[in-house]
Amino acid sequence: MISILIRRILSLIVTLLVVSLLIFVVMDLLPGDPAAIVLGTSASPETLAALRTQMGLDQPLPVRYLAWLWGVFQGDLGQSYTYGVPVAGLIAERLTVTLPLALMAVLMSVGIAVPLGVQAAKKHNGMFDAVVGAVSYVSIAVPAFWVGLLSIILFSTLLGWMPAGGFPGWDAGLLAGLQALLLPAIALALPQAGVLTRVARAAVLDVMNEDYVRTARAKGLGEGAALWRHAVPNALVPVVTMIGMQFTFLIAGAVLVENVFNLPGLGRLAYQSLAQRDIVVMQDVVLFFSALVIVVNFLVDLLYLVIDPRLRVGVR
Amino acid sequence: MRQLLRRPILLAGLVVTLFLFLVALLSLVWTPYPPSKMNIVHKLKPPFEFGLLGTDQFGRDVASALMVGAWNSLSTALLAVAIGATIGTAVGTVVAMRRGWVEQIVMRGCDIIFAVPPILSAMMLGAFIGSGRFTAVIAIATFMVPVFARLTLAAARQIWTRDYVAAAVGMGRSKLKITFVHILPNISNQIIVQVTIQLGLAILTEAGLSYLGLGMPPPNPTWGRMLADSQTFLGQAPWLALMPGLAIAIAVLGLNMLGDGLRDLLDPRSTP
Repeated sequence: MISILIRRILSLIVTLLVVSLLIFVVMDLLPGDPAAIVLGTSASPETLAALRTQMGLDQPLPVRYLAWLWGVFQGDLGQSYTYGVPVAGLIAERLTVTLPLALMAVLMSVGIAVPLGVQAAKKHNGMFDAVVGAVSYVSIAVPAFWVGLLSIILFSTLLGWMPAGGFPGWDAGLLAGLQALLLPAIALALPQAGVLTRVARAAVLDVMNEDYVRTARAKGLGEGAALWRHAVPNALVPVVTMIGMQFTFLIAGAVLVENVFNLPGLGRLAYQSLAQRDIVVMQDVVLFFSALVIVVNFLVDLLYLVIDPRLRVGVR
Repeated sequence: MRQLLRRPILLAGLVVTLFLFLVALLSLVWTPYPPSKMNIVHKLKPPFEFGLLGTDQFGRDVASALMVGAWNSLSTALLAVAIGATIGTAVGTVVAMRRGWVEQIVMRGCDIIFAVPPILSAMMLGAFIGSGRFTAVIAIATFMVPVFARLTLAAARQIWTRDYVAAAVGMGRSKLKITFVHILPNISNQIIVQVTIQLGLAILTEAGLSYLGLGMPPPNPTWGRMLADSQTFLGQAPWLALMPGLAIAIAVLGLNMLGDGLRDLLDPRSTP
Protein backbone atom coordinates (compact mmCIF):
# COMPACT_ATOMS: atom_id res chain seq x y z
CA MET A 1 0.00 0.00 0.00
CA ILE A 2 2.72 2.43 1.03
CA SER A 3 4.86 1.62 -2.01
CA ILE A 4 1.85 2.13 -4.28
CA LEU A 5 1.24 5.47 -2.63
CA ILE A 6 4.86 6.60 -3.02
CA ARG A 7 4.94 5.57 -6.67
CA ARG A 8 1.68 7.38 -7.37
CA ILE A 9 2.90 10.55 -5.65
CA LEU A 10 6.16 10.47 -7.60
CA SER A 11 4.29 10.07 -10.86
CA LEU A 12 1.99 12.93 -9.82
CA ILE A 13 4.95 15.21 -9.24
CA VAL A 14 6.52 14.31 -12.58
CA THR A 15 3.20 14.91 -14.37
CA LEU A 16 2.75 18.29 -12.71
CA LEU A 17 6.30 19.32 -13.66
CA VAL A 18 5.77 18.27 -17.26
CA VAL A 19 2.47 20.15 -17.45
CA SER A 20 4.06 23.31 -16.12
CA LEU A 21 6.96 22.97 -18.56
CA LEU A 22 4.60 22.27 -21.45
CA ILE A 23 2.41 25.30 -20.81
CA PHE A 24 5.51 27.43 -20.32
CA VAL A 25 7.02 26.25 -23.61
CA VAL A 26 3.75 26.56 -25.55
CA MET A 27 3.25 30.10 -24.33
CA ASP A 28 6.81 30.79 -25.37
CA LEU A 29 6.50 29.21 -28.81
CA LEU A 30 3.32 31.05 -29.71
CA PRO A 31 3.97 33.98 -31.97
CA GLY A 32 3.65 37.39 -30.36
CA ASP A 33 5.75 39.29 -27.88
CA PRO A 34 4.25 39.19 -24.36
CA ALA A 35 5.61 42.65 -23.67
CA ALA A 36 3.93 43.99 -26.81
CA ILE A 37 0.72 42.20 -25.87
CA VAL A 38 0.75 43.88 -22.46
CA LEU A 39 1.63 47.35 -23.71
CA GLY A 40 -0.27 47.37 -27.00
CA THR A 41 0.97 48.27 -30.46
CA SER A 42 1.62 51.97 -29.76
CA ALA A 43 4.40 51.37 -27.21
CA SER A 44 7.85 52.77 -27.98
CA PRO A 45 10.75 50.34 -28.47
CA GLU A 46 12.41 51.65 -25.28
CA THR A 47 9.36 50.93 -23.13
CA LEU A 48 9.03 47.51 -24.72
CA ALA A 49 12.66 46.70 -24.01
CA ALA A 50 12.32 47.92 -20.43
CA LEU A 51 9.24 45.77 -19.83
CA ARG A 52 10.94 42.80 -21.47
CA THR A 53 13.80 43.13 -19.02
CA GLN A 54 11.37 43.55 -16.14
CA MET A 55 9.46 40.43 -17.24
CA GLY A 56 12.75 38.59 -17.56
CA LEU A 57 12.10 37.96 -21.24
CA ASP A 58 15.71 38.72 -22.16
CA GLN A 59 16.73 35.56 -20.30
CA PRO A 60 16.82 32.19 -22.07
CA LEU A 61 13.79 29.90 -21.66
CA PRO A 62 15.30 27.35 -19.22
CA VAL A 63 16.42 30.15 -16.90
CA ARG A 64 12.99 31.73 -16.97
CA TYR A 65 11.28 28.41 -16.34
CA LEU A 66 13.50 27.53 -13.40
CA ALA A 67 13.11 31.00 -11.93
CA TRP A 68 9.37 30.71 -12.26
CA LEU A 69 9.36 27.21 -10.75
CA TRP A 70 11.48 28.40 -7.85
CA GLY A 71 8.96 31.16 -7.31
CA VAL A 72 6.07 28.69 -7.32
CA PHE A 73 7.74 26.69 -4.57
CA GLN A 74 7.95 29.85 -2.51
CA GLY A 75 4.33 30.71 -3.22
CA ASP A 76 5.26 33.46 -5.68
CA LEU A 77 3.41 33.21 -8.99
CA GLY A 78 4.53 36.57 -10.30
CA GLN A 79 2.85 39.94 -10.53
CA SER A 80 -0.35 40.84 -12.37
CA TYR A 81 0.11 43.75 -14.77
CA THR A 82 -3.46 44.96 -14.64
CA TYR A 83 -4.10 44.63 -10.92
CA GLY A 84 -0.54 45.29 -9.77
CA VAL A 85 -0.81 42.61 -7.10
CA PRO A 86 0.76 39.16 -6.69
CA VAL A 87 -1.03 36.54 -8.80
CA ALA A 88 -0.98 34.02 -5.94
CA GLY A 89 -3.16 36.29 -3.82
CA LEU A 90 -5.44 36.95 -6.76
CA ILE A 91 -5.95 33.24 -7.37
CA ALA A 92 -6.52 32.57 -3.67
CA GLU A 93 -9.12 35.33 -3.54
CA ARG A 94 -10.97 34.06 -6.62
CA LEU A 95 -10.84 30.50 -5.34
CA THR A 96 -13.19 31.45 -2.50
CA VAL A 97 -15.87 31.68 -5.18
CA THR A 98 -14.87 28.91 -7.61
CA LEU A 99 -14.16 26.24 -5.02
CA PRO A 100 -17.54 26.47 -3.21
CA LEU A 101 -19.24 26.69 -6.61
CA ALA A 102 -17.57 23.52 -7.90
CA LEU A 103 -18.15 21.74 -4.60
CA MET A 104 -21.84 22.67 -4.55
CA ALA A 105 -22.19 21.50 -8.14
CA VAL A 106 -20.52 18.14 -7.46
CA LEU A 107 -22.56 17.55 -4.29
CA MET A 108 -25.77 18.49 -6.06
CA SER A 109 -25.07 16.29 -9.06
CA VAL A 110 -24.24 13.31 -6.83
CA GLY A 111 -27.28 14.07 -4.67
CA ILE A 112 -29.49 14.01 -7.73
CA ALA A 113 -27.77 11.22 -9.63
CA VAL A 114 -27.26 8.49 -7.03
CA PRO A 115 -30.86 8.24 -5.73
CA LEU A 116 -32.24 8.53 -9.28
CA GLY A 117 -29.78 5.98 -10.67
CA VAL A 118 -30.41 3.54 -7.81
CA GLN A 119 -34.20 3.81 -8.12
CA ALA A 120 -33.98 3.43 -11.90
CA ALA A 121 -31.84 0.32 -11.50
CA LYS A 122 -34.18 -1.09 -8.87
CA LYS A 123 -37.15 -0.77 -11.20
CA HIS A 124 -35.18 -1.28 -14.37
CA ASN A 125 -37.08 -1.47 -17.64
CA GLY A 126 -40.04 0.16 -15.89
CA MET A 127 -41.69 3.49 -16.52
CA PHE A 128 -39.55 5.35 -13.95
CA ASP A 129 -36.38 3.93 -15.47
CA ALA A 130 -37.45 5.04 -18.95
CA VAL A 131 -38.23 8.58 -17.82
CA VAL A 132 -34.98 8.93 -15.85
CA GLY A 133 -33.08 7.50 -18.79
CA ALA A 134 -34.61 9.95 -21.25
CA VAL A 135 -34.15 12.99 -18.99
CA SER A 136 -30.53 12.18 -18.19
CA TYR A 137 -29.82 11.52 -21.87
CA VAL A 138 -31.20 14.91 -22.86
CA SER A 139 -29.49 16.76 -20.01
CA ILE A 140 -26.07 15.64 -21.27
CA ALA A 141 -26.69 17.50 -24.53
CA VAL A 142 -27.62 20.77 -22.84
CA PRO A 143 -24.86 23.35 -22.36
CA ALA A 144 -24.48 24.33 -18.69
CA PHE A 145 -24.19 28.02 -19.50
CA TRP A 146 -27.50 27.90 -21.35
CA VAL A 147 -29.16 26.32 -18.31
CA GLY A 148 -27.70 29.28 -16.43
CA LEU A 149 -29.28 31.76 -18.84
CA LEU A 150 -32.64 29.99 -18.67
CA SER A 151 -32.56 29.91 -14.88
CA ILE A 152 -31.89 33.67 -14.85
CA ILE A 153 -34.95 34.19 -17.07
CA LEU A 154 -37.11 31.99 -14.85
CA PHE A 155 -35.95 32.73 -11.32
CA SER A 156 -34.72 36.31 -11.65
CA THR A 157 -36.62 37.99 -14.47
CA LEU A 158 -39.97 36.22 -14.24
CA LEU A 159 -40.25 35.15 -10.60
CA GLY A 160 -37.83 37.58 -9.00
CA TRP A 161 -36.69 35.01 -6.42
CA MET A 162 -32.97 35.15 -7.06
CA PRO A 163 -30.35 37.70 -8.01
CA ALA A 164 -29.54 37.63 -11.74
CA GLY A 165 -25.84 37.38 -11.04
CA GLY A 166 -23.00 38.97 -9.16
CA PHE A 167 -21.56 37.97 -5.82
CA PRO A 168 -21.99 39.93 -2.59
CA GLY A 169 -18.86 38.39 -1.08
CA TRP A 170 -18.68 36.10 1.95
CA ASP A 171 -18.59 39.20 4.19
CA ALA A 172 -22.27 39.70 3.38
CA GLY A 173 -23.01 36.48 5.20
CA LEU A 174 -22.95 32.79 4.45
CA LEU A 175 -26.56 32.71 3.31
CA ALA A 176 -26.21 35.60 0.87
CA GLY A 177 -23.09 34.00 -0.58
CA LEU A 178 -24.69 30.60 -0.95
CA GLN A 179 -27.78 32.17 -2.50
CA ALA A 180 -25.65 33.88 -5.14
CA LEU A 181 -23.98 30.55 -5.95
CA LEU A 182 -27.19 28.50 -6.00
CA LEU A 183 -28.31 29.08 -9.61
CA PRO A 184 -24.79 28.80 -11.06
CA ALA A 185 -24.26 25.56 -9.13
CA ILE A 186 -27.55 24.15 -10.43
CA ALA A 187 -26.58 25.09 -13.99
CA LEU A 188 -23.25 23.30 -13.57
CA ALA A 189 -24.76 20.33 -11.76
CA LEU A 190 -27.53 19.40 -14.21
CA PRO A 191 -25.44 18.16 -17.17
CA GLN A 192 -23.09 16.42 -14.70
CA ALA A 193 -26.06 14.78 -12.99
CA GLY A 194 -27.19 13.40 -16.34
CA VAL A 195 -23.86 11.65 -16.87
CA LEU A 196 -23.65 10.43 -13.27
CA THR A 197 -27.22 9.08 -13.21
CA ARG A 198 -26.44 6.84 -16.18
CA VAL A 199 -23.23 5.65 -14.54
CA ALA A 200 -24.92 5.03 -11.18
CA ARG A 201 -27.76 3.09 -12.79
CA ALA A 202 -25.43 0.88 -14.81
CA ALA A 203 -23.19 0.29 -11.80
CA VAL A 204 -26.04 -0.70 -9.49
CA LEU A 205 -27.45 -3.01 -12.16
CA ASP A 206 -24.03 -4.64 -12.44
CA VAL A 207 -23.61 -5.09 -8.72
CA MET A 208 -27.18 -6.21 -7.98
CA ASN A 209 -26.53 -9.67 -9.33
CA GLU A 210 -23.25 -10.17 -7.48
CA ASP A 211 -23.03 -12.97 -4.94
CA TYR A 212 -22.70 -10.81 -1.85
CA VAL A 213 -25.86 -8.89 -2.66
CA ARG A 214 -27.68 -12.17 -3.20
CA THR A 215 -26.29 -13.42 0.11
CA ALA A 216 -27.47 -10.27 1.84
CA ARG A 217 -30.94 -10.88 0.48
CA ALA A 218 -30.81 -14.55 1.37
CA LYS A 219 -29.95 -13.79 4.98
CA GLY A 220 -33.20 -11.89 5.22
CA LEU A 221 -32.21 -8.31 4.42
CA GLY A 222 -35.02 -6.48 2.62
CA GLU A 223 -34.60 -5.51 -1.03
CA GLY A 224 -34.06 -1.84 -0.08
CA ALA A 225 -31.58 -2.57 2.70
CA ALA A 226 -29.59 -4.98 0.55
CA LEU A 227 -29.46 -2.35 -2.12
CA TRP A 228 -28.42 0.62 0.03
CA ARG A 229 -26.08 -1.25 2.35
CA HIS A 230 -24.32 -3.45 -0.18
CA ALA A 231 -25.06 -2.56 -3.76
CA VAL A 232 -24.85 1.23 -3.58
CA PRO A 233 -21.48 1.55 -1.81
CA ASN A 234 -19.96 -0.70 -4.44
CA ALA A 235 -21.63 1.15 -7.24
CA LEU A 236 -19.99 4.34 -5.99
CA VAL A 237 -16.62 3.36 -7.50
CA PRO A 238 -17.66 4.09 -11.11
CA VAL A 239 -19.52 7.21 -9.95
CA VAL A 240 -16.39 8.55 -8.27
CA THR A 241 -14.33 7.64 -11.34
CA MET A 242 -16.75 9.56 -13.52
CA ILE A 243 -16.55 12.63 -11.27
CA GLY A 244 -12.80 12.55 -11.78
CA MET A 245 -13.09 12.08 -15.53
CA GLN A 246 -15.69 14.83 -15.79
CA PHE A 247 -13.62 17.28 -13.77
CA THR A 248 -12.11 18.88 -16.88
CA PHE A 249 -15.64 19.57 -18.12
CA LEU A 250 -16.66 20.90 -14.73
CA ILE A 251 -13.81 23.40 -14.89
CA ALA A 252 -14.72 24.39 -18.45
CA GLY A 253 -18.34 24.73 -17.35
CA ALA A 254 -17.32 26.85 -14.38
CA VAL A 255 -15.41 29.25 -16.63
CA LEU A 256 -18.57 29.75 -18.70
CA VAL A 257 -21.09 29.79 -15.87
CA GLU A 258 -19.04 32.29 -13.88
CA ASN A 259 -19.17 34.55 -16.91
CA VAL A 260 -22.93 34.07 -17.32
CA PHE A 261 -23.55 35.00 -13.67
CA ASN A 262 -20.76 37.56 -13.43
CA LEU A 263 -19.15 35.75 -10.51
CA PRO A 264 -15.69 36.92 -9.46
CA GLY A 265 -14.20 33.41 -9.65
CA LEU A 266 -11.12 31.91 -11.26
CA GLY A 267 -12.88 31.31 -14.58
CA ARG A 268 -13.88 34.93 -14.79
CA LEU A 269 -10.31 35.87 -13.88
CA ALA A 270 -9.01 33.77 -16.77
CA TYR A 271 -11.43 35.48 -19.11
CA GLN A 272 -10.58 38.95 -17.84
CA SER A 273 -6.88 38.25 -18.09
CA LEU A 274 -7.43 37.47 -21.77
CA ALA A 275 -9.37 40.69 -22.33
CA GLN A 276 -6.72 42.66 -20.43
CA ARG A 277 -3.79 40.84 -22.04
CA ASP A 278 -2.49 39.92 -18.59
CA ILE A 279 -0.30 37.03 -19.75
CA VAL A 280 1.19 36.17 -16.37
CA VAL A 281 -2.23 35.82 -14.76
CA MET A 282 -3.51 33.73 -17.65
CA GLN A 283 -0.53 31.41 -17.62
CA ASP A 284 -0.87 30.90 -13.87
CA VAL A 285 -4.62 30.32 -14.00
CA VAL A 286 -4.33 27.80 -16.84
CA LEU A 287 -1.59 26.02 -14.92
CA PHE A 288 -3.60 26.11 -11.74
CA PHE A 289 -6.69 24.62 -13.40
CA SER A 290 -4.66 21.92 -15.14
CA ALA A 291 -2.89 21.04 -11.91
CA LEU A 292 -6.28 20.90 -10.21
CA VAL A 293 -7.58 18.43 -12.79
CA ILE A 294 -4.49 16.26 -12.38
CA VAL A 295 -4.59 16.35 -8.58
CA VAL A 296 -8.31 15.56 -8.51
CA ASN A 297 -7.74 12.55 -10.75
CA PHE A 298 -4.87 11.50 -8.49
CA LEU A 299 -7.17 11.74 -5.46
CA VAL A 300 -9.86 9.78 -7.29
CA ASP A 301 -7.27 7.07 -7.93
CA LEU A 302 -6.44 6.98 -4.24
CA LEU A 303 -10.10 7.01 -3.29
CA TYR A 304 -10.57 3.83 -5.31
CA LEU A 305 -8.12 2.05 -3.10
CA VAL A 306 -10.08 3.21 -0.07
CA ILE A 307 -13.50 2.34 -1.47
CA ASP A 308 -12.59 -0.94 -3.12
CA PRO A 309 -9.95 -3.00 -1.31
CA ARG A 310 -9.91 -5.47 -4.21
CA LEU A 311 -8.07 -2.91 -6.30
CA ARG A 312 -5.18 -2.78 -3.82
CA VAL A 313 -4.05 -6.16 -5.00
CA GLY A 314 -2.13 -6.27 -8.22
CA VAL A 315 -1.82 -2.52 -8.66
CA ARG A 316 1.32 -1.65 -10.48
CA MET B 1 -34.06 -0.09 -43.89
CA ARG B 2 -35.87 -2.57 -41.63
CA GLN B 3 -32.75 -2.56 -39.46
CA LEU B 4 -33.16 1.17 -39.15
CA LEU B 5 -36.83 1.05 -38.19
CA ARG B 6 -36.11 -1.43 -35.44
CA ARG B 7 -33.60 1.00 -33.95
CA PRO B 8 -35.50 4.14 -32.91
CA ILE B 9 -32.44 5.82 -31.36
CA LEU B 10 -30.38 5.40 -34.51
CA LEU B 11 -33.28 6.56 -36.66
CA ALA B 12 -33.96 9.62 -34.51
CA GLY B 13 -30.27 10.48 -34.43
CA LEU B 14 -29.98 10.09 -38.18
CA VAL B 15 -33.04 12.27 -38.86
CA VAL B 16 -31.89 15.06 -36.52
CA THR B 17 -28.32 14.99 -37.83
CA LEU B 18 -29.41 14.95 -41.46
CA PHE B 19 -31.76 17.86 -40.78
CA LEU B 20 -28.90 19.76 -39.15
CA PHE B 21 -26.60 19.16 -42.10
CA LEU B 22 -29.29 20.11 -44.61
CA VAL B 23 -30.11 23.35 -42.78
CA ALA B 24 -26.41 24.17 -42.57
CA LEU B 25 -25.91 23.53 -46.28
CA LEU B 26 -29.09 25.39 -47.21
CA SER B 27 -27.86 28.44 -45.31
CA LEU B 28 -24.99 28.69 -47.79
CA VAL B 29 -27.38 29.39 -50.66
CA TRP B 30 -30.58 30.62 -49.00
CA THR B 31 -31.81 32.16 -45.76
CA PRO B 32 -35.21 33.85 -45.21
CA TYR B 33 -33.44 37.21 -44.74
CA PRO B 34 -29.79 38.21 -45.09
CA PRO B 35 -28.54 37.12 -41.63
CA SER B 36 -26.52 40.24 -40.86
CA LYS B 37 -28.89 42.78 -42.37
CA MET B 38 -29.97 45.23 -39.70
CA ASN B 39 -33.54 46.49 -39.60
CA ILE B 40 -33.84 48.72 -36.53
CA VAL B 41 -37.55 49.40 -37.11
CA HIS B 42 -38.28 45.73 -36.48
CA LYS B 43 -35.88 45.22 -33.55
CA LEU B 44 -36.66 42.73 -30.74
CA LYS B 45 -39.82 41.42 -32.38
CA PRO B 46 -41.12 38.15 -30.87
CA PRO B 47 -41.42 34.99 -32.99
CA PHE B 48 -44.01 35.07 -35.82
CA GLU B 49 -44.41 38.85 -35.53
CA PHE B 50 -41.43 39.33 -37.81
CA GLY B 51 -39.87 36.31 -39.41
CA LEU B 52 -40.34 32.81 -38.04
CA LEU B 53 -38.37 33.21 -34.81
CA GLY B 54 -38.42 36.98 -34.25
CA THR B 55 -35.59 39.50 -34.46
CA ASP B 56 -32.67 40.57 -32.28
CA GLN B 57 -31.64 43.98 -30.93
CA PHE B 58 -30.60 45.17 -34.41
CA GLY B 59 -33.72 43.80 -36.11
CA ARG B 60 -31.78 40.90 -37.64
CA ASP B 61 -33.79 37.78 -38.39
CA VAL B 62 -33.14 35.13 -35.72
CA ALA B 63 -34.10 32.16 -37.92
CA SER B 64 -31.61 33.20 -40.62
CA ALA B 65 -28.87 33.71 -38.05
CA LEU B 66 -29.59 30.28 -36.55
CA MET B 67 -29.28 28.70 -40.00
CA VAL B 68 -25.93 30.30 -40.72
CA GLY B 69 -24.95 29.51 -37.12
CA ALA B 70 -25.61 25.85 -37.87
CA TRP B 71 -23.10 25.98 -40.71
CA ASN B 72 -20.49 27.88 -38.67
CA SER B 73 -20.89 25.60 -35.69
CA LEU B 74 -20.96 22.37 -37.66
CA SER B 75 -18.07 23.23 -39.96
CA THR B 76 -15.88 24.26 -37.03
CA ALA B 77 -16.77 21.06 -35.15
CA LEU B 78 -16.20 18.89 -38.23
CA LEU B 79 -12.83 20.45 -38.93
CA ALA B 80 -11.71 20.12 -35.32
CA VAL B 81 -12.82 16.50 -35.00
CA ALA B 82 -11.30 15.60 -38.37
CA ILE B 83 -7.92 16.96 -37.28
CA GLY B 84 -8.14 15.53 -33.77
CA ALA B 85 -9.33 12.11 -34.94
CA THR B 86 -6.68 11.83 -37.67
CA ILE B 87 -3.77 12.74 -35.41
CA GLY B 88 -5.16 10.81 -32.45
CA THR B 89 -5.78 7.67 -34.50
CA ALA B 90 -2.34 7.86 -36.07
CA VAL B 91 -0.72 8.23 -32.65
CA GLY B 92 -2.82 5.41 -31.18
CA THR B 93 -2.07 2.92 -33.95
CA VAL B 94 1.64 3.73 -34.03
CA VAL B 95 1.89 3.34 -30.27
CA ALA B 96 -0.01 0.04 -30.41
CA MET B 97 2.60 -1.07 -32.96
CA ARG B 98 5.56 -0.04 -30.81
CA ARG B 99 4.34 -0.48 -27.19
CA GLY B 100 6.99 -0.33 -24.43
CA TRP B 101 8.31 3.01 -23.19
CA VAL B 102 6.85 4.81 -26.21
CA GLU B 103 3.41 3.83 -24.96
CA GLN B 104 4.16 5.02 -21.43
CA ILE B 105 5.33 8.42 -22.62
CA VAL B 106 2.56 8.98 -25.15
CA MET B 107 -0.18 7.95 -22.74
CA ARG B 108 1.18 10.20 -20.00
CA GLY B 109 1.27 12.97 -22.60
CA CYS B 110 -2.38 12.26 -23.36
CA ASP B 111 -3.25 12.59 -19.66
CA ILE B 112 -1.51 15.94 -19.62
CA ILE B 113 -3.25 17.34 -22.71
CA PHE B 114 -6.54 16.05 -21.34
CA ALA B 115 -5.97 18.08 -18.18
CA VAL B 116 -6.18 21.39 -20.06
CA PRO B 117 -9.81 22.17 -20.92
CA PRO B 118 -10.19 23.45 -24.52
CA ILE B 119 -11.68 26.69 -23.20
CA LEU B 120 -8.39 27.45 -21.46
CA SER B 121 -6.16 26.44 -24.35
CA ALA B 122 -8.33 28.61 -26.62
CA MET B 123 -7.74 31.52 -24.25
CA MET B 124 -3.98 30.93 -24.33
CA LEU B 125 -4.03 30.74 -28.12
CA GLY B 126 -6.40 33.69 -28.31
CA ALA B 127 -4.04 35.93 -26.37
CA PHE B 128 -1.23 35.34 -28.83
CA ILE B 129 -2.73 34.69 -32.23
CA GLY B 130 -6.13 36.29 -31.69
CA SER B 131 -9.48 34.59 -31.46
CA GLY B 132 -11.33 33.23 -34.46
CA ARG B 133 -12.28 29.98 -36.09
CA PHE B 134 -8.65 28.88 -36.39
CA THR B 135 -8.10 29.26 -32.64
CA ALA B 136 -11.31 27.39 -31.85
CA VAL B 137 -10.47 24.54 -34.23
CA ILE B 138 -6.94 24.13 -32.86
CA ALA B 139 -8.10 24.23 -29.24
CA ILE B 140 -10.86 21.65 -29.78
CA ALA B 141 -8.71 19.43 -32.00
CA THR B 142 -5.90 19.40 -29.42
CA PHE B 143 -8.33 18.16 -26.82
CA MET B 144 -9.63 15.46 -29.18
CA VAL B 145 -6.17 13.99 -29.91
CA PRO B 146 -5.83 12.15 -26.57
CA VAL B 147 -9.45 10.96 -26.79
CA PHE B 148 -8.80 9.23 -30.10
CA ALA B 149 -5.27 8.13 -29.21
CA ARG B 150 -6.54 6.33 -26.10
CA LEU B 151 -9.44 4.76 -27.94
CA THR B 152 -7.37 3.49 -30.88
CA LEU B 153 -4.59 2.25 -28.64
CA ALA B 154 -7.00 0.23 -26.51
CA ALA B 155 -8.85 -1.13 -29.55
CA ALA B 156 -5.71 -1.81 -31.62
CA ARG B 157 -4.03 -3.54 -28.69
CA GLN B 158 -6.85 -6.08 -28.65
CA ILE B 159 -6.56 -6.74 -32.37
CA TRP B 160 -2.79 -7.20 -32.11
CA THR B 161 -3.40 -10.20 -29.82
CA ARG B 162 -5.62 -12.00 -32.35
CA ASP B 163 -4.46 -15.18 -34.02
CA TYR B 164 -4.71 -13.87 -37.56
CA VAL B 165 -2.44 -10.97 -36.66
CA ALA B 166 0.03 -13.38 -35.08
CA ALA B 167 -0.17 -15.39 -38.30
CA ALA B 168 0.56 -12.30 -40.38
CA VAL B 169 3.53 -11.47 -38.11
CA GLY B 170 4.73 -15.04 -38.54
CA MET B 171 4.52 -14.70 -42.29
CA GLY B 172 6.91 -11.82 -42.06
CA ARG B 173 4.55 -8.96 -42.87
CA SER B 174 5.75 -5.60 -41.70
CA LYS B 175 4.03 -4.00 -38.72
CA LEU B 176 2.99 -1.04 -40.85
CA LYS B 177 1.34 -3.29 -43.40
CA ILE B 178 -0.44 -5.26 -40.68
CA THR B 179 -1.68 -1.99 -39.23
CA PHE B 180 -3.22 -0.97 -42.53
CA VAL B 181 -4.53 -4.39 -43.58
CA HIS B 182 -5.73 -5.83 -40.26
CA ILE B 183 -5.73 -3.30 -37.44
CA LEU B 184 -7.32 -0.18 -38.92
CA PRO B 185 -10.21 -1.93 -40.73
CA ASN B 186 -11.05 -3.79 -37.55
CA ILE B 187 -11.17 -0.73 -35.32
CA SER B 188 -12.75 1.64 -37.84
CA ASN B 189 -16.27 1.06 -36.46
CA GLN B 190 -15.25 2.20 -33.02
CA ILE B 191 -13.57 5.26 -34.51
CA ILE B 192 -16.68 6.17 -36.51
CA VAL B 193 -18.85 5.91 -33.39
CA GLN B 194 -16.42 8.06 -31.43
CA VAL B 195 -16.23 10.67 -34.22
CA THR B 196 -20.02 11.06 -34.06
CA ILE B 197 -20.06 11.45 -30.29
CA GLN B 198 -17.08 13.81 -30.28
CA LEU B 199 -18.80 15.95 -32.92
CA GLY B 200 -21.51 16.63 -30.36
CA LEU B 201 -18.92 17.53 -27.76
CA ALA B 202 -17.14 19.76 -30.26
CA ILE B 203 -20.38 21.64 -30.96
CA LEU B 204 -20.88 22.15 -27.22
CA THR B 205 -17.32 23.40 -26.85
CA GLU B 206 -17.53 25.67 -29.88
CA ALA B 207 -20.70 27.18 -28.44
CA GLY B 208 -18.88 27.85 -25.18
CA LEU B 209 -15.91 29.38 -26.97
CA SER B 210 -18.03 31.67 -29.12
CA TYR B 211 -20.09 32.62 -26.06
CA LEU B 212 -16.85 33.94 -24.57
CA GLY B 213 -15.97 35.69 -27.84
CA LEU B 214 -13.25 33.15 -28.68
CA GLY B 215 -15.00 31.76 -31.75
CA MET B 216 -15.67 33.22 -35.19
CA PRO B 217 -15.68 37.01 -35.10
CA PRO B 218 -18.81 39.09 -35.82
CA PRO B 219 -20.72 39.61 -38.03
CA ASN B 220 -20.66 35.81 -38.61
CA PRO B 221 -23.52 34.53 -36.50
CA THR B 222 -22.64 31.67 -34.13
CA TRP B 223 -24.99 30.00 -31.67
CA GLY B 224 -22.70 30.78 -28.76
CA ARG B 225 -22.43 34.49 -29.54
CA MET B 226 -26.18 34.73 -30.14
CA LEU B 227 -26.55 33.50 -26.56
CA ALA B 228 -23.99 36.00 -25.30
CA ASP B 229 -25.76 38.85 -27.11
CA SER B 230 -29.14 37.72 -25.78
CA GLN B 231 -28.03 38.19 -22.21
CA THR B 232 -28.56 41.95 -22.28
CA PHE B 233 -32.19 41.46 -23.29
CA LEU B 234 -33.26 38.54 -21.10
CA GLY B 235 -36.18 40.53 -19.68
CA GLN B 236 -37.39 42.09 -22.94
CA ALA B 237 -36.70 39.28 -25.40
CA PRO B 238 -36.24 35.89 -23.69
CA TRP B 239 -36.72 34.06 -27.01
CA LEU B 240 -33.31 35.31 -28.08
CA ALA B 241 -31.79 33.15 -25.35
CA LEU B 242 -34.12 30.24 -25.99
CA MET B 243 -33.58 29.48 -29.67
CA PRO B 244 -29.77 29.22 -29.99
CA GLY B 245 -29.57 27.09 -26.84
CA LEU B 246 -32.25 24.80 -28.17
CA ALA B 247 -30.40 24.53 -31.46
CA ILE B 248 -27.22 23.51 -29.62
CA ALA B 249 -29.04 20.99 -27.43
CA ILE B 250 -30.91 19.43 -30.37
CA ALA B 251 -27.75 19.20 -32.48
CA VAL B 252 -25.77 17.57 -29.68
CA LEU B 253 -28.65 15.26 -28.75
CA GLY B 254 -29.00 14.19 -32.39
CA LEU B 255 -25.29 13.42 -32.73
CA ASN B 256 -25.25 11.54 -29.40
CA MET B 257 -28.22 9.45 -30.49
CA LEU B 258 -26.61 8.79 -33.85
CA GLY B 259 -23.38 7.75 -32.11
CA ASP B 260 -25.12 5.43 -29.66
CA GLY B 261 -27.30 4.01 -32.42
CA LEU B 262 -24.26 3.37 -34.59
CA ARG B 263 -22.51 1.72 -31.67
CA ASP B 264 -25.43 -0.68 -31.22
CA LEU B 265 -25.42 -1.41 -34.92
CA LEU B 266 -21.68 -1.67 -35.64
CA ASP B 267 -20.20 -2.75 -32.36
CA PRO B 268 -22.85 -4.63 -30.33
CA ARG B 269 -20.34 -6.08 -27.88
CA SER B 270 -19.36 -2.75 -26.37
CA THR B 271 -22.95 -1.68 -25.74
CA PRO B 272 -23.28 -0.92 -22.05
